[in-house]
Amino acid sequence: MPANAPRTFREAIQMYWFVHLGTITELNGWDAMNPGHFDQHLTPFYEREIAAGTLTREAAKELICCFWIKVNNQPAPPKVGITARESGTYNDFTNINIGGIKADGSDGVSEVSYILLEVVEELHVLQPGNSVHISAKTPVRFLNAACRVIRQGHGYPSVFNPDVYVMEMVGMGKSITDAREGGCSGCIEVGAFGKEAFLLTGYLNVPKVFEVTLNRGIDPVTGKLAGMDCGDPREFTDFEQLYQAFLKQLEFIVDQKVRVSNYIDRMFAKYAPAPFLSVVIDDCIKKGRDYYNGGPRYNTNYIQCTGLGTVTDSMTTLKKHVFEEKTHSMDEILAAVAKDFKGEEKLRQFILNRTPFFGNDDEYADSIALRVYEDLYKTIDGKPNTKGESFHLNMLSTTCHIYFGKVMGATPNGRLAGKSISDGTSPSHGSDTHGPTAVIRSLSKLDQTKSGGTLLNLRFLPSLLKRDEDIMRLGQLIRSYFTLGGHHVQFNIVDTATLMMAQQHPEEYKDLLVRMAGYSDYFNDMNGDLQQEVIDRTQNEAF
Amino acid sequence: MAVIFDVKPYSINDGPGIRITIFLKGCPLSCAWCHNPEGMSPHLQKLYSKTKCIGCSTCVENCPQQALRLTPDGIVTDTDLCKLCGICATVCPTKAIEMSGRQVTVEEIMQVIRRETVTMDHSQGGVTISGGEPMMQSDFLIVLLDACGREGIHRAVDTTGLSKPETLLEVAKRTDLFLYDLKHMDSKRHKQFTGVGNERILSNLQVLADSGANINIRIPLIKGVNADEANLLHTAQFVASLAGTKKLVSLLPYHNIAAHKYSKLGQQFDGGEMQEPPAEDLEMAQRIFAQHGLIAAVGG
Repeated sequence: MPANAPRTFREAIQMYWFVHLGTITELNGWDAMNPGHFDQHLTPFYEREIAAGTLTREAAKELICCFWIKVNNQPAPPKVGITARESGTYNDFTNINIGGIKADGSDGVSEVSYILLEVVEELHVLQPGNSVHISAKTPVRFLNAACRVIRQGHGYPSVFNPDVYVMEMVGMGKSITDAREGGCSGCIEVGAFGKEAFLLTGYLNVPKVFEVTLNRGIDPVTGKLAGMDCGDPREFTDFEQLYQAFLKQLEFIVDQKVRVSNYIDRMFAKYAPAPFLSVVIDDCIKKGRDYYNGGPRYNTNYIQCTGLGTVTDSMTTLKKHVFEEKTHSMDEILAAVAKDFKGEEKLRQFILNRTPFFGNDDEYADSIALRVYEDLYKTIDGKPNTKGESFHLNMLSTTCHIYFGKVMGATPNGRLAGKSISDGTSPSHGSDTHGPTAVIRSLSKLDQTKSGGTLLNLRFLPSLLKRDEDIMRLGQLIRSYFTLGGHHVQFNIVDTATLMMAQQHPEEYKDLLVRMAGYSDYFNDMNGDLQQEVIDRTQNEAF
Repeated sequence: MAVIFDVKPYSINDGPGIRITIFLKGCPLSCAWCHNPEGMSPHLQKLYSKTKCIGCSTCVENCPQQALRLTPDGIVTDTDLCKLCGICATVCPTKAIEMSGRQVTVEEIMQVIRRETVTMDHSQGGVTISGGEPMMQSDFLIVLLDACGREGIHRAVDTTGLSKPETLLEVAKRTDLFLYDLKHMDSKRHKQFTGVGNERILSNLQVLADSGANINIRIPLIKGVNADEANLLHTAQFVASLAGTKKLVSLLPYHNIAAHKYSKLGQQFDGGEMQEPPAEDLEMAQRIFAQHGLIAAVGG
C-alpha cells in the first residue's frame, strides 16, 4: 500500500492512512485534507469480507478506531502570528463525510456509516472532524442515530445537505457525477473530492467593510486609511445612499483582495509545488501540471465572508432609527459607536431591543441580509483566478469571527468593541429571539446554492434533547431546514460554562431557551436564583 | 378577536411532533402552582422585570399618570393611578416593562401558524391552543380551529376542562387531541388549590370521553397536593372507567420554576406545602396506573 490496490478492509484503511500522511506531510497540516466519503469507499471491502466470514463488525470497528487515533495523533503544527489569533487550534480540519449520496445519486448510507457514528460517539477525540450528510433519501434511522451523537454535546458531527451542495457545485460548472462524489471539507466548504483544488484564499470581514464605510475609508481602530472615502454618512438622506456607499467600498476591497490572492497563488505555483498531492488529484498527471498550477480538473478560489448577521443588524439599526423613524440622528449613533457606547447604555439597549434583527423570520431584517448576500455573490463570483477559472463566494468563518471582532470597534447594532462578530451566516449572538424554526426560515431566504457553503450554529440546551422523541424532533428540524434549502447546520448543546457566561452577559444570550416540564422560558428572562437552578440542573443532567 | 399572552414555536411537549402553541389569556382556575400566572387574568396586565431594568427612568418621565417611581427596588407602580395605557412598555429601552395581553384576529394567528408549515409537515406536528383556559374565548377558539382544519393542520386543545359541556362538545368536533388536566379527585382539595371544585371538570371529562374524543390526560404531580397514594388510586380508577380506548396519561412532575413570573406581576409566589415529587412517587404513580391498565408517561 499504496503502490498496489487494496484487497481487504484492513488494506483499504492502510491505504487511506498512507495517502493522508503523505498529503499532510507535504503541505502544511491545517490544509483541511480530506479523505472524502470514507464509509462509501470502505463499504465494498466491508461487505465482501463480512460475507466471506474473514471480518467481523467488531474487528472492522476496531480498525476504524485505530485510523481515528492515527489521525488524532498527527495534529497540525502550531500556528503563529495572525494565523494563531484567527484560528488557535491544532485541528488539521480533516472532515470525514458520513452518509450522503453516491455518484449515481442513490443513498450512500451503509452499515459502515453506523460504525463510524459509533466510533465518533465513543472516542470523541479532536480529529478527524466529521459530518453527517442528510439527503432527502437518507433513512430516518441514520438521521436519528446521528442526532443521538449530537446530543452528547461534543460538537460532532455537523450536518450537511447533499441535495443543496451538489447543486452548488453543478452551478460552479462541475459535472453532476463529480459533484456527487464531492462533499464538504474543513468546516463547510464544498468541493469535488479528488478532482479539485478549492482554495480558501482569505476571510473577508464584512462588518469591517461597513465600519470603514461609516468612517470615510479610515479604520477607526488603527486610524489608518483602509478603504475608499465613499462620502460622509452624516450627510446621507436615505438608506439607499448608505447602502450604495457600502457596495462601492465592498467592490474596492474585494478587488484588492483578489489581486493579493492571485499574487499568493502564483507564489505557491512557483515556489511550493505539491507533487505528492498532484499524483492523487485527477487530472494533474494528464495535464502535466501541478496541483497549485491548474493541474486539477477544477480550480476554485473561495473568499470566505464573515459577519452577515452583524452587518445586517447594523444596517437595520441605521435604516430604522435614523432614516425611517428618525428617533436618532446618524451623528448620535456614530458618536455612541465611536466611544464604545460608554455612557450610552440607554441608547444601546434601545437598539438591542427595538430593532429588527436577522434570524427572526422578520422580512425587514431578512431582506437586507438577502441583499448583502446577493451583493457579496455578485462582487466575488466570477472574478478570474490564476488558473483561468474563477473566485466564488463562501460564507465560512471558522473561528475568524472572534479575531475579526477583536480588531473592530463597536458596531451600530449595539455590539461592543472587541466582541465577536456573527459567525458564518448565523444570526448575531442573542439577536434571534423567536426560536430555531424562525432562524432556519431566515437563513433559507438566502439562495444558498449560489455560494460554496453557508454556516449555521444553533444553540440547544440538553433539556430540549432529553427523550427519544426530542431526538426525533431535532432530526425533523434538520429535515425542515434542508427542505427549505439549507446547506449546513451544527448544534451547540449548551453546557454549564455557557450558562454561566449567559448569566454574566445576558445581552449576548437572548436566544437561550430553557424548557422544563411543559413550560419554557428564555434563560435571560429568569431571575438569578432560577438561572442558578437551571445551571445546577443542567450540570446534573447525565447523558 | 381574542386576547393572547404568548406564542411559542418549537413546542415539543404539547402534543405530537413539533408544534406551535398559542396561549389564550384568562382562566377560571387559579392553581397555586400555575406556571403561567399572566394567563389567569383575562385583562391586560403589566409585567416588570427588575433584572432587565437599568434604572434609566424613561418610563417614569413618560408616564401620563405619573404613576411610576424609581426606587432602590426598581420601578414601583401606583396601581391606583396606572391606567394600563402601556406607554411605559413602549418607551422602555430594555423591555423590562412589557404588557401581557395582545388582541389578535384569527387571520393574524393563522399567518403565524402557517409559517411553521415545513416543520409541522416534517414532524407531523401542528398547533396547540393553550392558556389560560382556551374555552373562555370559545367563539374565537372555534373559528380558529375551523381555520386550521381547513388547512389540514393538526389541532390540540390544552384545557382545564372547566366550561359548559355544550361548548366543550362544540370544540371537540374540531379538535384532534385534547390535553386535559386532571388535578385532584377530592373536590375540597381541588377547591383549596385551584379555587374551584372538580365536579364539572370530572363530568366534562366523562362527556368528552363518551363523545369519542382523543384525550391525553395530564396530571401535574405535586408532592403535598395530589401525589399521595389515595388520590392517585382514585384518579387511576376514574380514568380507567372512562369510555374509549384512546386514553393516554402524562405525569408532569411539579417544578418550582415560575416564581419569577409572579414577581414580574408584582405578586409573591407562595410554594406553601408544594414540593417536587421524588422519584419514588413517580414510580408509585406509574405502578398504580399500570395496575389499572393505563400507561402513564413522565413528561409532556
